[in-house]
Amino acid sequence: MTFKKNLKNVFLVVFTTLILSACSTGKKSGNIEGDVYTGKETVKYLASGVPDRVFFATNKSSLTTASRATLRKQATYLRKNKKLNVTIEGHADERGTREYNLALGERRANAAKDYLMTYGISGKRISVISYGKEKPVNPASSNLAWSQNRRSVTVKVN
Amino acid sequence: MKKIFLALSIYLISFGSLSALIEVDITRGNLDPLPIAVSPLHVDIKSVEYKDVKVKELGNNISAIIEKNFKNTGLFNPLKKEAFVQKPDIAHLKPRFEDWRLIKAQALVTGKLLVKDGKLKVEFRLWDLTAAKEMTALAFTTTPSNWRRVAHIISDKIYERLTGEEGYFDTRIIYVSESGPKEERVKKLAIMDQDGANTKYLTLGNELVLTPRFNPTNQMVTYLSYFRNMPRVYLLDIETGMQEVVGNFPGMTFAPRFSPDGKKIIMSFAEDGNSDIYTMDLETRVVERITNHSSIDTSPSFSPDGKFIVFNSDRSGLQQIYVMRSDGSDVKRVTFGKGIYGTPVWSPRGDLIAFTKVRKGRFYIGVMRVDGTGERLLTENFYQEAPSWSPNGRVLVFYRETKSGAKGEGFSAKLWSIDITGYNERKLSTKTDASDPSWSSLLSK
Repeated sequence: MTFKKNLKNVFLVVFTTLILSACSTGKKSGNIEGDVYTGKETVKYLASGVPDRVFFATNKSSLTTASRATLRKQATYLRKNKKLNVTIEGHADERGTREYNLALGERRANAAKDYLMTYGISGKRISVISYGKEKPVNPASSNLAWSQNRRSVTVKVN
Repeated sequence: MKKIFLALSIYLISFGSLSALIEVDITRGNLDPLPIAVSPLHVDIKSVEYKDVKVKELGNNISAIIEKNFKNTGLFNPLKKEAFVQKPDIAHLKPRFEDWRLIKAQALVTGKLLVKDGKLKVEFRLWDLTAAKEMTALAFTTTPSNWRRVAHIISDKIYERLTGEEGYFDTRIIYVSESGPKEERVKKLAIMDQDGANTKYLTLGNELVLTPRFNPTNQMVTYLSYFRNMPRVYLLDIETGMQEVVGNFPGMTFAPRFSPDGKKIIMSFAEDGNSDIYTMDLETRVVERITNHSSIDTSPSFSPDGKFIVFNSDRSGLQQIYVMRSDGSDVKRVTFGKGIYGTPVWSPRGDLIAFTKVRKGRFYIGVMRVDGTGERLLTENFYQEAPSWSPNGRVLVFYRETKSGAKGEGFSAKLWSIDITGYNERKLSTKTDASDPSWSSLLSK
């Protein structure tokens, strides 16, 4: 019973944080910095310490310092696992026209791919696919959700 | 599918007088819609049953569809039938003009029909009640199953006679039917009559499909499919259901449209992350590259004469609209307003370009002249895009999405239409959520 109650409180706290970060639009607040998501929520891992995704600013496909660090970890992991191939999925938030977002997702996925290639990963091991705004990871219409949806995700294919 | 349509012979009984009778000006928002009485069509007592067509109610049903079409234009005010002063068969022969004028009607539609020997014979007349004259009359024969189309064709003829412009009722809309939660939306190609009747699904929803567009004869559709997880432009024959991938591109192709002659498909191809515009000739399979720029070039749309292409590019930094010759030369930026611009579509009349504009987090559907001047924003909302023109260039259909809550709840996508005057915004009735509409040309043209 007490356990349940405590859990409830935890949920409440988490919920409040979510709302707070959802409301943030400033340069740096919560888990969004210059409208790029910097948090861990929604992130999965290819292996321990190797995040599967990087996040982008609105309408941008340039890699942030944090994104480059993540991709270098992916490159190291891929160098160790030579038989592993990946698909990089490029995504956009819902705040753009559909066709442009398809192109934008493609550009984001390729930005991640190009970076992995500069760290010695063969382009033959990496395929890309853009989903535009078709597959949001967070279905909310909020700044937080949009920042989490502007992403490229590296997915193992074998 | 076209074959089940008209075995339809249209012949004029008499030409309406060419002198100026009542006229409806559709170039302005109409705040004073024309009062029109649409009498039920008289069903000839010699009519016999035909399959599942409700012959006895056909006269009422056809007249109801005509009324709904007229009401939806915002230009007409169909009057209540309770007030009607003459029986349908008598009114059709000779209306008592002064009595109809008493109920404030300015125009009257009358008609009669006969279902016999597997055929539906219809005739109708449009009367100017003020001038006490017949304006137009028409008779035609078709298969009884086509009765809804009969109602749309009559609507088109009357609209044409009263406004001086072609109608848009005997048309269909192809769109993407949506269902399921936002993260795992199921999308199918769907087609319906412009009034929402006769919905049919053309794909099963096993793969993501987007942006269907008709060819000029409305028999083919080009669209984007994620079949086998390879996003490519496809071609679908609506009649046979045959599908084929367009071209053999080593990466994503998207944003397809037909050329005005229907011979080519224009689309974007993403090569190493960069999207440029290409055409492919459907007969010769020859692929031509139209743009070659390190920016995103997408959403191409031909001018109706085929000489120009309007498209969307972020070569200036953010999405703007550009016009070029159809060979890719002479690229000119046409939008310079604040905000970003996407989804340009050239009007079938050639005079305007419709677009989506995003500014300060709000989405607008607008029109402008083809050189970018005269921008008019018609409607503003949280999210809306992808305008498609009615065949007469007077109405736009687009889709609008609602804002969703923290778990995606409250999300919906619907089709809407608006006159280019900015008046008469209304939601279209669709069986499911819907997006990416494309309006056909007139089916009986």
